Amino acid sequence: MKVAVDQDRCCGAGACVLLAPDVFDQRDDDGVVVLLDGQPPEELHALVGEAAAACPGAAISLGGTA
Amino acid sequence: MPGCGDLAGRDRVSAPGHVLVVGASASGLSTAEALRRKGYQNRLTVLGAEPHLPYDRPPLSKQVLAGLWSPERVQLRQPAALSTLDAEFLLDDPATRLDVAERAVHTASGRVLTADVVVVATGLRPRVLPGQAGLRGVHVLRTLDDALALRSALLSCSRLVVVGDGVLGAEIAATARGMGVAVTLAGPQPAPLAAQLGPLAAGLLGELHAENGVDLRLGAAVTGLTERDGDVTGVCLADGETLPADLVVVALGAAPVTEWLADSGLTLDNGLVCDSRCRAAEGVYGVGDVARWHHETLDTVLRLENRTNAVEQAGVVAGNILGEDRPYTPVPYFWTDQFDAKVHVHGIPRADAEVSIVEGSTADRRFVATYHRDGAVVGVLGWNMPKQARLRRRELVANSALVEGKP
Repeated sequence: MKVAVDQDRCCGAGACVLLAPDVFDQRDDDGVVVLLDGQPPEELHALVGEAAAACPGAAISLGGTA
Repeated sequence: MPGCGDLAGRDRVSAPGHVLVVGASASGLSTAEALRRKGYQNRLTVLGAEPHLPYDRPPLSKQVLAGLWSPERVQLRQPAALSTLDAEFLLDDPATRLDVAERAVHTASGRVLTADVVVVATGLRPRVLPGQAGLRGVHVLRTLDDALALRSALLSCSRLVVVGDGVLGAEIAATARGMGVAVTLAGPQPAPLAAQLGPLAAGLLGELHAENGVDLRLGAAVTGLTERDGDVTGVCLADGETLPADLVVVALGAAPVTEWLADSGLTLDNGLVCDSRCRAAEGVYGVGDVARWHHETLDTVLRLENRTNAVEQAGVVAGNILGEDRPYTPVPYFWTDQFDAKVHVHGIPRADAEVSIVEGSTADRRFVATYHRDGAVVGVLGWNMPKQARLRRRELVANSALVEGKP
């Protein structure tokens, strides 16, 4: 699984961080998403999938083999 | 972990043979996606009233209205992602009737679609003013087409009056002002978003609008419109004044789209009334703006009109369709961007709550406020501090699973 974030779409909700804090963080100054791990281990795939679905800015996209 | 597994270990036979989602916006799409994510493999249909594939609404009053984003950018999923969903999208065909016993949905074009489970995700329709219909120069903003029409009108108007001092009205006023349009914001509250933010933050928001040149005419209800030869010329206030305008946006809130359910026998009361599992009847669920459900933790009946609710509720509805039997107990959340302010609100910061600034300062226009009632935190508001506000979610009394970081 490859994870990509579009910082321009991010609204700073932080839903992704609540779900997968090992993969996503937020910048301190404006809350925009920071990708910590673009190729997370398999045990996190389900949570990352939830995070991509939960993102209210549709800012997270997933690619590669799941 | 509940919510993330597939159907392995569960009785696959119990999965419905056909799920029909009525509504192709964020909550409808999210329900379809969550069903697939949770392992649902059978027939899936998404019926949409609009001609467009699923798109996102929050950017409409901001990036799209301002012309910063092309209309294509609001598409929620790329065509490739939609095709892997393996759902049939039937667009431009509003539902007109639901037969609950047969779970049959009738549509405007004459289709009759039957399913084992029907998900009602028909959203909202803007409220309008008496006399608004047919008047030139009067707009609402709900759909992509509305946003593009309003943008076009903003580019050539001389005075916009926004009727409505809630989130949408204030965002439109800020965006229009950013485009250089002369803007008046009218509404009955003492400050914009007073009901959603409480007096302190709403007061700051009012200051921000005034500093940026928005003419705030708050505290008087709007009673109607004036016109000449079919063109709008002004907005009438309850105090007798008329605000001149050649363009008016009516943002007085929106009503759940439930007319098509009128003879269904389902309970309709400011939305489709659902139980704590978001179920309106056997095999019928409600999701998103249209659904009014029993929030078990808060012990109240809620209907939330915000973007995150659409996806969070969709996840629970999809799980319950597949037999999870989970209550939906979210921490309400919304955000709004106006001028340079990014305001994030977690929980319900009631107007009568006691407010403490716990980080930053209002003078710096960067702070986190907590809202207390009866000794408990009921709301957290971040003003240009989204991360810091989010970190305080766990202080909220509504102790949903999401607060703990697990769906």
